[in-house]
Amino acid sequence: MIKDSELLSKEGGNLEESINDFCMTICTVNGSGSATANNTLLRALFHMGIPVSGKNIFPSNIKGLPTWFSIRASDKGYLGRVAHDDIIVQMNPITFKEDLIYDVPGGVVFYADHIDMPIDRDDVIVYPMPVKDLIAEADVSRDLRDYMSNMVYVGIVSQILGIGLEFINDALLRQFNKKRSVAESNFAIVKLAADWAKENLEKRDRYRVEKQEPLKDFIMTDGNTAGALGAIYGGFQFCGWYPITPATSLAESLGIFSPKLRKDPETGKHNFAIVQAEDELASIGMAVGAGWAGLRSMTSTSGPGVSLMTEYMSMAYYAEVPLVLWDVQRVGPSTGLPTRTAQCDLNLTYFLGHGDTQQLVIIPSSVNECFEFGWKAFDFAEEFQTPVIVLSDLDLGMNLWMTTRFEYPDQPINRGKILWEEGLEKFKGEWGRYLDVDGDGIPYRTVMGNISEKAPYFARGTGHDEFGNYSEDADVWQRMLNRIKLKFDTARERLPKPIFRKIEGAEIGLIAMGSTESAVIEAQDQLERKGIRTDFMRVRALPFSSEVRAFIQSHPRNYVIELNRDGQLNQILAIEYCDLTDRLISLAYIDGLPITANYIIDSISSKEDSDHE
Amino acid sequence: MSENRVETNELGLTRSDYRGERSTLCPGCGHNTISAQILRACYELSIDPHRIVKFSGIGCSSKSPTYFLGQSFGFNGLHGRMPSLALGAAFADVKMKVIGVSGDGDTASIGLGQFKHLIRRNLPMVYIVENNGVYGLTKGQFSATAEKGLELKHQGENPFLPIDIVKEALVGNASFVARSFAGDPNQVRELIKAALSHHGTSVLDIISPCVSFNNREDTLHSYQWGKQHQAPLHDIAYVPTRKAIILDEFKHGETKEVILHDGSKVILKKLEREYDPTSKWHALRMIEEADVNNWLLTGLIYVNPDQPSLYDYLNLTEEPMNRIPAGKLRPSPESLVAINDNMI
Repeated sequence: MIKDSELLSKEGGNLEESINDFCMTICTVNGSGSATANNTLLRALFHMGIPVSGKNIFPSNIKGLPTWFSIRASDKGYLGRVAHDDIIVQMNPITFKEDLIYDVPGGVVFYADHIDMPIDRDDVIVYPMPVKDLIAEADVSRDLRDYMSNMVYVGIVSQILGIGLEFINDALLRQFNKKRSVAESNFAIVKLAADWAKENLEKRDRYRVEKQEPLKDFIMTDGNTAGALGAIYGGFQFCGWYPITPATSLAESLGIFSPKLRKDPETGKHNFAIVQAEDELASIGMAVGAGWAGLRSMTSTSGPGVSLMTEYMSMAYYAEVPLVLWDVQRVGPSTGLPTRTAQCDLNLTYFLGHGDTQQLVIIPSSVNECFEFGWKAFDFAEEFQTPVIVLSDLDLGMNLWMTTRFEYPDQPINRGKILWEEGLEKFKGEWGRYLDVDGDGIPYRTVMGNISEKAPYFARGTGHDEFGNYSEDADVWQRMLNRIKLKFDTARERLPKPIFRKIEGAEIGLIAMGSTESAVIEAQDQLERKGIRTDFMRVRALPFSSEVRAFIQSHPRNYVIELNRDGQLNQILAIEYCDLTDRLISLAYIDGLPITANYIIDSISSKEDSDHE
Repeated sequence: MSENRVETNELGLTRSDYRGERSTLCPGCGHNTISAQILRACYELSIDPHRIVKFSGIGCSSKSPTYFLGQSFGFNGLHGRMPSLALGAAFADVKMKVIGVSGDGDTASIGLGQFKHLIRRNLPMVYIVENNGVYGLTKGQFSATAEKGLELKHQGENPFLPIDIVKEALVGNASFVARSFAGDPNQVRELIKAALSHHGTSVLDIISPCVSFNNREDTLHSYQWGKQHQAPLHDIAYVPTRKAIILDEFKHGETKEVILHDGSKVILKKLEREYDPTSKWHALRMIEEADVNNWLLTGLIYVNPDQPSLYDYLNLTEEPMNRIPAGKLRPSPESLVAINDNMI
C-alpha cells in the first residue's frame, strides 16, 4: 500500500474504457474468510483468459487485523505489483479512509454500506453494497454470515466489471474442491448480489473485463506448492521441518501430495518420510543425517530458521553431505515483519557457516521454476555432495501466480558419484572417501548399508585425510579445503545459467534475481517506450558462471535491482568482480512489499537523465 | 586342531573384526571400558558390523565411536545434536542397528532438547550417555549432572542441583531406561545387549569416571564412590532369541523375565528387593529412594517393550530406502498431467 509516483503520473479522470487491465484491492480483516472469495475472483478472471496475479498482504495475526488482497489483471501479461489501485473493495472500516488514498483518479470504490464513513474524494466512482441486507435476505445461518458476506462483493464486482457468473461458478467448484453443495450455497449469495447490482446500480466507471483466448498453457498455483511437487518428482525421500511463515506450506504440501504420488504400487508402502522436528536445529540435523545416509534429503524454512541451521550447514559443507534447503525469505525476525516479502537472505545463505564456507544457491523467479528447481536441486546436491539452498521468497512462495504448466523432468535422476558394493569392486585403484580421482574436486562416496569391506568410513568435519582418517596435519587441512574449492569451481558452470532478455542496441544492463522478474520485465518494456533501451540478465545461481562477468563487461552501466536494503546481490557481484565495480549501480529497495515496475522505471529514468545532463 | 585357533562368533568373525582405532582417551577413562563392552556385546551377539551405524556428538565420550567397530559406518556430529543426525540417517535403512554415544555435557546441557524429543519419538536406537559430571576436552568445567557441592580445581564449588538423566528419560516417556557403572563391565555389557534388541530408544546412563578431572573418592562420579555405593536392582542376563535358557548363575534364586520385541529375553535375578522394571511408578519411586539413600542405583530401571516406535507411525517401505532405484522415486508423467489439469 505504498504510494509511489504512479499515482501522480497516471492521467486522472479519464473515462476512456479500460479492458482487462486494472489492479483491484480487496480490504478486509484477517480471519473473516475472505480468502475464498478473493481466490474465486482471481480464478474466474484466469478462466476468462485474462493474465492475473494475486498478492495477499497480511499481518502476523490470526483474526481481526487489516488484510489486503490485490488482484492485478493485465492483458499484456504483466504480473508484478503496482502501488496504486484502480478498484477498491472496502469491507474494513478501520482502513477505510487510508485505503482511499491509493485509488487512482477515475478509480472505483465498492464499499459495504454499513460502514458509515465519508468518502472525501469526488474523483472516484462509488458503489455502495448492501452486504447486511442481502445476507439477511438470503437467510444464511448465523455462524456463516461473516463468511458469506464476502460472496456479496464477489457478486456485485462481477456484475459491474462483467465477470461471467459461469466463471465464478467454476471457480467456486475449484475452490471447494468440487464439493458441489458448498459451492452451490456460496454461489446462491453471489447470484443474489449480482442480481441486486443489475437492478440497482448503474455502471459509471471505465473498467471492464472481456473473455480472451483461453490461457491453455497456464496453471495457477503458488511457489511453495510447486517447490514441494518439484521435490516429489525429484525423488525426495526425507524431509525434516519446523513450522515458520512463509515456508510452512512447502512442507505441508509435501505431506498432502506425497502419500498419493509416492506410494509403492505393489506394497502400498511409502518410500519417503516426513518428520516435524522440535526446532530448526533438529530439522537440519535430521536432513544432514538422511543426506549422509544416502537419502534425497531436504528441509524448508525462512531466515530465522536458516540462522539456527547454520552450524549443521557448515558441518554438511565440510563433511560433504548432500541436502536441499529451501529458504522462503521474509523480512525479518518473528517480531519484524514475518509476513512480508524480501530478498534479504542472499548474503546469509551464500556465505552460510563458520570458517571457510560457501554454499551453492539457486534462485527461482517463477512458480514454474520453483517446480523445476525443486527436482534439480537434488541432482545438484548429490552431484556436488554439498547442501544446495533454494532461495525463494514470500511473494513467490505464498501468493497465487499464473504460471506455465509444470514440465516433466527432462533428465533422469542423477545420484552423483555414489558407490554400492559392485561399483566399489569395479573401482579402479584405491577408494578413499575424500580422494579426488577425476580432477573435478568431487570424490566418490559410499553410504551406510554398503556391505563391501572397503565401504565404511567415519564422517566428521574436514579434520580428515583423503581416506577419511582423522588428521590435524596442516598440509592435509589445506589440501582438503582447496579440493572443496575446486569442487565449487566445477559447480559454477553446471548450475542454472543466467537468463537474458535483450533489446537491440542496449547499453544499459539490468541485473536481478528471483521474484522481481515480472516487475523488471514490465519496467524494461516501458523504459524502451521512453527511449531507454536495456538488456536484462536474471541471475539464477551462485557462485556465478562466466556469463555474468561477460554481461557486466558488455554494459557500461548495470543496475542491480533487488528487494533488500544494502544491495546484497550488488555486494556479491562487487566481491567477485572487483575490477568491474564502476559498472555496477545498486537499485536496492525494501519495505516489505514486492517491488514495482514504476520504482525501477523512475529510479533508472532519473539516474539516466542526470547522467546525460 | 591347533590350540591357537582364534575364537570366532556365529558369523565367523573374530573380536578383532569389531575393533576400532586405538583410543586416545586418558588411560583409565571409564569410556574405554564402555567401548570395550559395546565391542564385546556386538561380537557375542554376532551382529555384522556392516549392519551397525554409530553416531556421536561432541566431547570425550563422542570421540569414542572411533575406538570400536571400525568396520561400521559412523558420523561424529555436532554438540548435543547427535539425536537428530541419527534419526535422519536411520530412515535410510531401518533394519540397521543404531548406536549413539553421548556424554553428560552433550546430553544434559546443549542436547537436552534433542535428547527428550528423541525418546518421545522412540526411534529404535541405543543411546549411551557416558556420564562423568565434568567437561573433559575443555579441561574441567562442571557439567549439568555434577552434584551440588562438587569442588573442581579451577571452578570452585558447584552451587546448583544436578540434572538426572534417568529421571529426565522416565518423565520424558522413554521406553527403555537403565543406569550402570563403568566399574561393572558385565552389567554394562548385558544392558547393551538388551538395548540392542529393544524396539525403541534405549537410554543407558552409564557413570563413567573421568580420571583427569573428577575422580576424587568422595565425589559421585568417581570409581571409588561408585564401587562403595553401587546398588544393583538385580543381576541381569540377556538371552538371545535362539538360545535355550540355561544359565548357571541363574539356576538358583528368584528371577523375572522381560520379553523384548524381537523375542529375546532379559532375565533379572532378584537381589535384595522386589523390583518390577515394567512399572514406571516403581521406577520413579526407586530412583528417588536411591537419591535419599546415596545409592548408585544400577540395572534395568524401566522397560516397555511394546511402546510403538517412530517407524510404527509411518507407513514405511520394508526395503532399505537408500537402495531404492532412482526410477522408482519419480512419479509417472501421467500423474503430472493430472496435477497440471487440477491447477487450471
